[in-house]
Amino acid sequence: MESKRTWRMKKRKVRIRIPSHVPFLLPFFILVTLFFFIPVILNILLAFTDMDFAMRWDFVGFKNYFRFVSDPIIPKVLVNTVIYVAATLAINVGLGLALALLNTYYVPENVGLIFRAIWLLPRMTPPVVYALLWLWVLDPTEYGLLNMIVGKNVNWTMQHPLGIVILVNGLIGASFGMIIFSASIKSIPRDYIMAAQVDGASNWEIVRRIIIPLLRWPLMFVTTWQTLSLLASYEYILLVTDGGPFYKSEVWSLYAYHTAFSHQMYGYGAAIAMVLVVVAVIVTLIMLKIFGFKRLMELAGG
Amino acid sequence: MTKEKRRYAAPTTLAKVRGKMARSVPYILLIISSLPILSMYLWLFMSSLSSKVMFGFIPAGITVRNWRFLWEPIQMGGAAHLSVWKATWNTLIFALMVMLLVVLVATLAGFALSRMQFRGRESLMRLIIILHAFPGITLLIAIFYVLYFLTRVTHLKFLDSLWGVALVKASLEIPWSAWIIKGFFDNIPWEVEWSAYIDGCNRFQAWYKVILPQLKPGIAAISIFSFLAGWGEFIYLYTFIFSQENQTLSLLIKALIGEFRFTDYGLLAAVSLFYIFPVLVFFIFTQKGLMQVSAGGIKGGR
Repeated sequence: MESKRTWRMKKRKVRIRIPSHVPFLLPFFILVTLFFFIPVILNILLAFTDMDFAMRWDFVGFKNYFRFVSDPIIPKVLVNTVIYVAATLAINVGLGLALALLNTYYVPENVGLIFRAIWLLPRMTPPVVYALLWLWVLDPTEYGLLNMIVGKNVNWTMQHPLGIVILVNGLIGASFGMIIFSASIKSIPRDYIMAAQVDGASNWEIVRRIIIPLLRWPLMFVTTWQTLSLLASYEYILLVTDGGPFYKSEVWSLYAYHTAFSHQMYGYGAAIAMVLVVVAVIVTLIMLKIFGFKRLMELAGG
Repeated sequence: MTKEKRRYAAPTTLAKVRGKMARSVPYILLIISSLPILSMYLWLFMSSLSSKVMFGFIPAGITVRNWRFLWEPIQMGGAAHLSVWKATWNTLIFALMVMLLVVLVATLAGFALSRMQFRGRESLMRLIIILHAFPGITLLIAIFYVLYFLTRVTHLKFLDSLWGVALVKASLEIPWSAWIIKGFFDNIPWEVEWSAYIDGCNRFQAWYKVILPQLKPGIAAISIFSFLAGWGEFIYLYTFIFSQENQTLSLLIKALIGEFRFTDYGLLAAVSLFYIFPVLVFFIFTQKGLMQVSAGGIKGGR
């Protein structure tokens, strides 16, 4: 209302000051409300119902939460989730950093560009195709790549499901760290490195004492960001092992998905997902707090 | 290792060899670590041409039979899969819808954020980074209910329709795209826009006659990114599309993996290669530009 009045007043004086931001932001707000805000509230509400394929709202109080305390699969899923997130994160950050150092500091720019492109390839590849490539690598017959290397037939997805899931996600996630770290290393002033070289520092000393300390923010950023996305996403697990065999590679988010969409228990599924929504909201806010708005936007641009 | 630099006497042959070895270590590490990725894509290509399952990377006889899906439907025990051309059409329509929605909504919002002063502008930018960091996938169950509810209320097909899923997918891509395009708006000098107002344009005219043409690189970037995101999308389609005639290539390949995994890798490889072809083309031609936008490069667009 108020903005309308100022609009009239201003219009008489200067034509160009028209505060008409609403039409520009309206489509954005509609979509964000439909697919972010409403779902957050809906998820909270759904978790208090035992909605199934009949899609009826029967509120049952905290029954779903009591249920997952006594769910025999939950402890297994919890342990899997912790191992999966921790191990994949270690690969993502460690390998990402190693790759970034190798292809920005140790080799010339044009060579580094080629290797960055190779590592980005899995990230650009649609998930179904990436999963197919892994299914071939892990094929239980002698035609699988891993079996060709070890020289005997191992049924990898059956015998080491969690390890496989970590490997599959680690390889993709490493490229995220690599890109962020490469950009940060390139923005370190050359003078620092040259000064150290003049003083006789070895490459390793330069990496340890100059580059890594300067990567503190990107390192923290990649760690929190990847923790969040590893907790939340399960696309590649669904495609490669589907949580099996016998829930051996089932993680929290995938368990919520299976409960809701394989067993049509939307209420219980929402209760399981609720834990993730809460964690996600908290971690996101913490990120905003530690990194600050400006730095976060700089880092999260990709 | 690289202390040779400080040596004043001519280096001995041994020192020369050692120096060369030390310098080649990064290359060797990079090549070895990239081998798994390269071998996967090499296998995909070779396999699609091989007449039998390959052992290693050499096709066991060249054939085009793996590509038979281009001219005949894929049969399995009497039941035919969706024709690849129909699936390709669906994928294309889906990706284009995502792209158009993202470009339209993000450009409008980015313009308001960059050019207009209004109450809550700062908080809106904060909201965008929160939405970008928040893993939307955790809300999948609630989004399912939103689509179900919209279908029931409006009697339009939001569930089991490509444009319904496109709305969801676009909403996930919009926060990041709005931020990127805002950076491009920030780079267009005020004077250019002012001159348009002085010449008698209103805000909408200024937007599409003066500013839009200068935004081309930014729009190209978010178009490519959102198109590829739509093209490769799997999990939202897998969850919200039920009927075969609405299958995209990712869903078709998922179905084919289920049936042909142990019998016909050649067919799977050929369909996958067909599917990722546009991605590879985009990747090769825009790789450098994409990397600049996706990582730290937004500095240039700010």
